[in-house]
Amino acid sequence: MKPRRLLHVLPAVTLLVMLGPVIAGLYGTVLPAFGHLPAAGLIGPTITPFTDLFDWAGLPRAVMLSLGVGMGATVIALTIVALLTAGWSGTRAFRFLERLLSPLLSVPHAAAAFGLAFLVTPSGWIARGLSPAITGWDRPPDLLIVQDPWGITMMVGLIVKEVPFLLLITLAALGQADTQRSAAVAQALGYGRLTGWLKTVFPRVYAQIRLPVYVVLAYSMSVVDVAVILGPNTPPSLSVYIVRLMLDPDIAMRLQGAAAALLQLGLVIAALIAWRLGEHVVGAFGRRWIATGARGKIDPIVEVSALVAGSAAAFAVLAGIIVLGVWSFAGFWSFPDFLPDQFMLRNWMRFGPGTLAALGETALIAIFVTIAALALTIGCLEAEYRHGLRLTQRGMFLLYLPLLVPQTAFLPGLQTLMLNIGLDVGRLPVMFTHLVFVLPYVFLSLADPFRAWDARMGTIAAALRASPDRVLWRVRMPMLLRPVLTAMAVGLSVSVGQYLATLLIGGGRVATLTTEAVALASGGDRRAIGVYGLMQTGAALIPFTLALIVPAIVWRNRKGLRHG
Amino acid sequence: MDKGLILANVAISKGSTPLLSVSTHVAPGDVLSIMGPSGVGKSTLLAFITGTLAPDFTATGAIELDGADITNAPAHQRRVGILFQDDLLFPHLSVGENLAFGLRPGGSRGERQAKIADALTEVGLEGFADRDPATLSGGQKARVALMRMLLSDPCALLLDEPFSRLDTALRAQVRALVFARAKARALPVLMVTHDAEDAAAADGEIITLAPIT
Repeated sequence: MKPRRLLHVLPAVTLLVMLGPVIAGLYGTVLPAFGHLPAAGLIGPTITPFTDLFDWAGLPRAVMLSLGVGMGATVIALTIVALLTAGWSGTRAFRFLERLLSPLLSVPHAAAAFGLAFLVTPSGWIARGLSPAITGWDRPPDLLIVQDPWGITMMVGLIVKEVPFLLLITLAALGQADTQRSAAVAQALGYGRLTGWLKTVFPRVYAQIRLPVYVVLAYSMSVVDVAVILGPNTPPSLSVYIVRLMLDPDIAMRLQGAAAALLQLGLVIAALIAWRLGEHVVGAFGRRWIATGARGKIDPIVEVSALVAGSAAAFAVLAGIIVLGVWSFAGFWSFPDFLPDQFMLRNWMRFGPGTLAALGETALIAIFVTIAALALTIGCLEAEYRHGLRLTQRGMFLLYLPLLVPQTAFLPGLQTLMLNIGLDVGRLPVMFTHLVFVLPYVFLSLADPFRAWDARMGTIAAALRASPDRVLWRVRMPMLLRPVLTAMAVGLSVSVGQYLATLLIGGGRVATLTTEAVALASGGDRRAIGVYGLMQTGAALIPFTLALIVPAIVWRNRKGLRHG
Repeated sequence: MDKGLILANVAISKGSTPLLSVSTHVAPGDVLSIMGPSGVGKSTLLAFITGTLAPDFTATGAIELDGADITNAPAHQRRVGILFQDDLLFPHLSVGENLAFGLRPGGSRGERQAKIADALTEVGLEGFADRDPATLSGGQKARVALMRMLLSDPCALLLDEPFSRLDTALRAQVRALVFARAKARALPVLMVTHDAEDAAAADGEIITLAPIT
């Protein structure tokens, strides 16, 4: 095919790669949910899978957990981010927090969850820090904090990871709206900093971050790895239950799993609709609040609370990573000592070889998937630049679709479908499935800087007789080195963090750092978890570090690109 | 064969709204100044001539350069040079690499380096080849941008408000340099400006575009 034609079909190929598995997975969920699984000799339709599911005594609790944790985490994370930005954007404290939170974004959910668990558990770092001086405990109290039946610790685990995500999304949106002048006008009219921002800027910003907020809601409702680590066991959340059913050796359990997956999908759709309606309600109250002309007397208190909450989120992830590190080197460590008796390399000697094998698998998958995602993304953006094939607003929605459909709704179906048509599970299907999640993030990360590139550079280069390909490779790509590497780092960290896709589509045979780490959750070997968690964090963080360092070295003599 | 740049019944519209229409012939060595208020579509006309018209504009008419119809030629095969008000030196390349990007392929490494050194000498920048363009002054950048364009051996030169970012003293100097270099190479020049002084210094025909109502 001629390159010109290739560029024309690339957007369609990209959509297919991204949405194909989602649609196939949903299709593969519907049939077994109604008892149709020819591979196992089961012919439907029947509603037995649903009656089986509704017979499960834990179902109401599991559904409530999914709804409560998902909604709670999203509302609280969004509130913290909105108030933090309202009260502090433009200040030095804010910039510090922003710089602290950006790298934390790449910390895999599982590692952050383990870190949090090691902090808040009765024998965790916080209890050790306060004992016995303040608490008087000389042995860990008998409290169920991690895996509490209400899912509160699980919700906190999600909040501390979603705050950095929503904050960075909000900052990107701030750049596009004329926010500073609005806030300045509001302050000149006597409004407090926070109230003025909420009344004038937030409505515009929210309109831009709406889709990412929906992603957070859908994700929090259906997350598996965080739920396995921090969530309750009896009964577990709906997503964890689905995965248990799908991994059951009794193939008939898959039917019930498929039914539960459809229920999960329905729950997420219902929650998204409820959220949409909630937006109108909040908007109506907001308008009334604006009409009162209230200037914001309690602004200072709210501002301080928001800063405390935001800092606590950053601290929880950061201290969590540190405590993972301490455990990975810990020798004998008795309660309530704040630090172990000795630091040793024994844990690393013991678990190191295993982590290296898992790291190899993780890196292989992540690198292939990220390069594929980057190639498709650059192809799409270049097609847009050369031929005006621009994604419409509806197209943007398609980009978010794989992130909005809960993983537990379509991945089980995809696995069943592959089984049905005789496709083998393994590394290659895992790569294709990772691409579904990596592609949207790589695209969203690169699209803005790619489009913001001064097109007159292209005109000049063309006038200098450079062909479109030469312009792309010799001018545009080098100038965009930093955003391209950042997009790669985003892609790598998304792939590294994938749990469910690797577990289900890999058929349990593809062992990455994330699947191995989460598998350790039930065993409770803190030293092993420390080693795996730290490796997992490193695998996600190092690419980000490189994305900062490499352009700085390559362009060390090019002042014009230092802040580009 | 007609030397120079001919715009034959060129009309540009945005959607169904007509923007401008122009018909003219710029002879080699001449400078045509196009003036008019902002928003009248001066830069759009240049985009049409360079082959980079945005998809939301439509244009009719023909562009001829040295007797060849280039109306539908790809941008990089038109041999139309352009300078903008910003120097637009590629920030990732050194001054010499910027010039090498413009210089037509061919010749040994040594010959190419010699040509680049000559070009720098021609505008009083000897020894600047290894410099980072971001460390140059405004006037120096403008001179490098000019030589980069000329090294690509264009058959016409377009100027899009090229001097408006320079301060007054520098402005006359750079302007004289650009016109002199273009004349020495017998290039037809089409300049878009809203500065009457630029147009007067060009010492050529002036077309004033008015909004079509």
